[in-house]
Amino acid sequence: MQLAVLGGFGVAAMAPLLYRWCGARAAIVMALLPTVIAVWLMTLWPTIAGGETLWREWAWVPGLDITLTFMVDGLAWLFAMLITVVGALVLVYAGEYLHDRRDLPSFLAVITAFMMSMLGLVLADNLVALFVFWELTSITSYLLIGFNHTDPAARQAARQGLLVTVGGGLALLAGFVMLAQAGESWSLAELTERGERLKAHALYAPLLTCVLLGAFTKSAQFPFHFWLPNAMAAPTPVSAYLHSATMVKAGIYLLARLHPALGDTEPWVVTLSLVGALTMACGAFLAIRHTNVKTLLAYSTVMALGALTLLLGIGTETALTAFVAFLLAHSLYKGALFMVAGILDHETGTRDVTAMGGLRHVMPRTALVAAVAALSLAGLPPLLGFIGKELMLESLLAAGHYRAVILPLAFLAAFLTLAVAAIVAIRPFFGPRRETPRTPREAPPGMLAGPALLAVLSLSFGLAPGLLESLVSAVIGGIGAGPVETRLALWHGLNPALVLSLASLVLGGLVFYRWDRLRGWLARLEPLMARGPEAGYEALLRGLVLLAEWQTRLLQNGHIRNYLIMTLLVLVGLVGHALLMRQTPSLAFTLEVYPHEAAMAGLMVAGAVAACVVRSRLTAVAALGVVGFAIALTFVLFSAPDLAITQLLVETLTVVLLVLVLFRLPRFATLSTPIERLRDLVVAGLSGGLITLLMLAVLAGERLPRISDYMVANSQSLGHGHNIVNVILVDVRALDTLGEMFVLALSAIGVFAMLRFHAGSCATQRGSGTRGDDDG
Amino acid sequence: MVRSGTLILNVAARLLLPLQLMFSWFLLLRGHDEPGGGFIAGLVAAGAFALYLFAYGRRALEAMLKVSPRDLIGVGLLLGVASTLPAWWHGQPFLTAQWWTIPLIEVEASTPLVFDIGVYLVVLGSVLTAIVALVETDDDA
Repeated sequence: MQLAVLGGFGVAAMAPLLYRWCGARAAIVMALLPTVIAVWLMTLWPTIAGGETLWREWAWVPGLDITLTFMVDGLAWLFAMLITVVGALVLVYAGEYLHDRRDLPSFLAVITAFMMSMLGLVLADNLVALFVFWELTSITSYLLIGFNHTDPAARQAARQGLLVTVGGGLALLAGFVMLAQAGESWSLAELTERGERLKAHALYAPLLTCVLLGAFTKSAQFPFHFWLPNAMAAPTPVSAYLHSATMVKAGIYLLARLHPALGDTEPWVVTLSLVGALTMACGAFLAIRHTNVKTLLAYSTVMALGALTLLLGIGTETALTAFVAFLLAHSLYKGALFMVAGILDHETGTRDVTAMGGLRHVMPRTALVAAVAALSLAGLPPLLGFIGKELMLESLLAAGHYRAVILPLAFLAAFLTLAVAAIVAIRPFFGPRRETPRTPREAPPGMLAGPALLAVLSLSFGLAPGLLESLVSAVIGGIGAGPVETRLALWHGLNPALVLSLASLVLGGLVFYRWDRLRGWLARLEPLMARGPEAGYEALLRGLVLLAEWQTRLLQNGHIRNYLIMTLLVLVGLVGHALLMRQTPSLAFTLEVYPHEAAMAGLMVAGAVAACVVRSRLTAVAALGVVGFAIALTFVLFSAPDLAITQLLVETLTVVLLVLVLFRLPRFATLSTPIERLRDLVVAGLSGGLITLLMLAVLAGERLPRISDYMVANSQSLGHGHNIVNVILVDVRALDTLGEMFVLALSAIGVFAMLRFHAGSCATQRGSGTRGDDDG
Repeated sequence: MVRSGTLILNVAARLLLPLQLMFSWFLLLRGHDEPGGGFIAGLVAAGAFALYLFAYGRRALEAMLKVSPRDLIGVGLLLGVASTLPAWWHGQPFLTAQWWTIPLIEVEASTPLVFDIGVYLVVLGSVLTAIVALVETDDDA
């Protein structure tokens, strides 16, 4: 399982190669990967349906309790199936949609990487692993939204999506840490069994807040819903996949997963119900203001995500059944509708539904697919969407909490969604034929296959809901309490839910009929809309930029001495504080020096003093060199040859670098005022004094066992080596070294970029870069 | 820029370079048991190339290296990361060292050695990147 996911990343990296071999057909080849995984998941179904959970354990960093353990239960299975099946269809679709784009391979690579991150997310059992995959989906989503990176609007939308979801991700990380502390485990499976303890824990309120923030930002809940419609700047396959079927459901998945651990408490029910209901109403209301078909669908996705949150908040058995049915229904019809929207955009050259009309004559198959999917969106029989909506209304009618608030909001959302469905399915395809920027033709089979299959699934699950019963009970067995028997049926009898449905049909029809006039009225609300949460986001961002500018002017003003003073003062402050708080430093020490040691100390002092007072740069460098070499000698004397060699080499290379820089510096002159030099003296004295105190404290506190003895004794058995410095660097603490390697590489790239930019600006200032470059 | 043109430096650089590089490999390979290791060896090699750079200039150095120092950094990082992977094969945690004895020549190979070579390349690449970048701006200014 782990190999499937990690290997999938490898396949993603191979996309450019595949593209070279098979051209645009590479997409179909790539689609084999999710297909294979889906088939494999199907073979697991009998086990999962039996209520079992499949485990694949894999230690990662056992010392920190981080594992890459994957588990498949009903919930994970459902999500993994959605990810792989819709993923395969989207890949095929994308191959057709973007077939004339030269950057198709990079698109395939990123979307496959996203697919694998999403799979990892729903399969991971460990909180840390889940979080890593969570962030990976944010990053790949950023790349995909901004795929048309020459378009400033796409870049803007990508950054907004990233900042909102990653901001929530930070809260989520904090929430996870608290969750692990409260539940004393990093494993989701263990945490779900410790629900009682978690709910009684003092950290429950803060951890719930943080986790909910993470889930709400990811799943575009009010007031974070604004990023999702903007994310429609992405190519349509991305919208169909990430922003309707998968990524935005990651937050919903997390909530469902944590439902047994954190759910069914007062704060959980209230927050989820109210936020969910508000998101529903707000998404549906905002949708009908727009004429762009993708924006319409995006807002109706916001509405659906709100509905899912609301159902999790209610948390009764009916609500959870409705949750699963609605989740599946939504993924199927919304994926199909987005792909239809992509076909319309592709064939007509516009996304404005008011600019299209009468297309059923030229693209009858697309019209049929759109009609079936839209019926499901509208929640009309005999489609799966109808079952989902009926169950939802039933559970809402039975809900105890805040029914008076939730029900009207949900009803509003229901009939507005119906209007949206009618707009999307009827406006482009019926009515008089209109001229469009491009002459439309029927969509190619590669683009039609995906939505058609999804629509057929919507229809067949609607006609035969019995097929889903075992799936639904397997899923809610995991997120609810224990195994349950589920009955799904198209006809629930004449009940209040059906009455509500009929009412919403009438009202929705009315909205559709009067849509053009309604938009005119709503346009007058525009000034009010401009003050929405998105304006808050913009203001926050502006504030952040101002703060960054202010602190950059203050701290990073380009004078190296200021950086140095700042660094030293912070060091002195922090270390000095810790030192003085922990222990009173004793200045008592016995001085026992050999003459050669005293000579070396004297050499160092002389070098340091000389470096400060000489009036030539070269002499100062040489004097500093004396200090460095004396330090190397000290290492030799105390038998640390590795350190001595390193010190010598660093000194040598420093001289090399200085020689290169010296030529570029202006004439040596005293530029600082006496007061500034006094300040420098104070800072230098402070840091020197601190280090002395630190050394005394270290020497005084010989209580701890010396780590070098342990290493000397164990380096051979632990790391097969006698040189303990090296064994520590490359084996015992290799992870630290790996991190340092990256730091070193980054700083080298930083130096390179800085000098290159500087050289570039010099060249432009001079008007031409023809001079130089001919040494040797 | 530094234009040496002195015969002694030119000859010395040409003769010393192979010696210094061999010394750096020696330090690298023996590092696990004796003083040495990837970091030190990388610095020695960087020093060797720096000497050559001073004697013959950037163009000559780049012609001799054939690859950009920045690529060395990339390869080094890749080796460092790659050395963490074999442990998975044995179901052990990330980064667990693996040791093999190559048959016939009885030489010990290990993931820490691969890791150390990665360190060597990163250090060499980083220092050279910085030095070459400085020389380059010198050329322009």
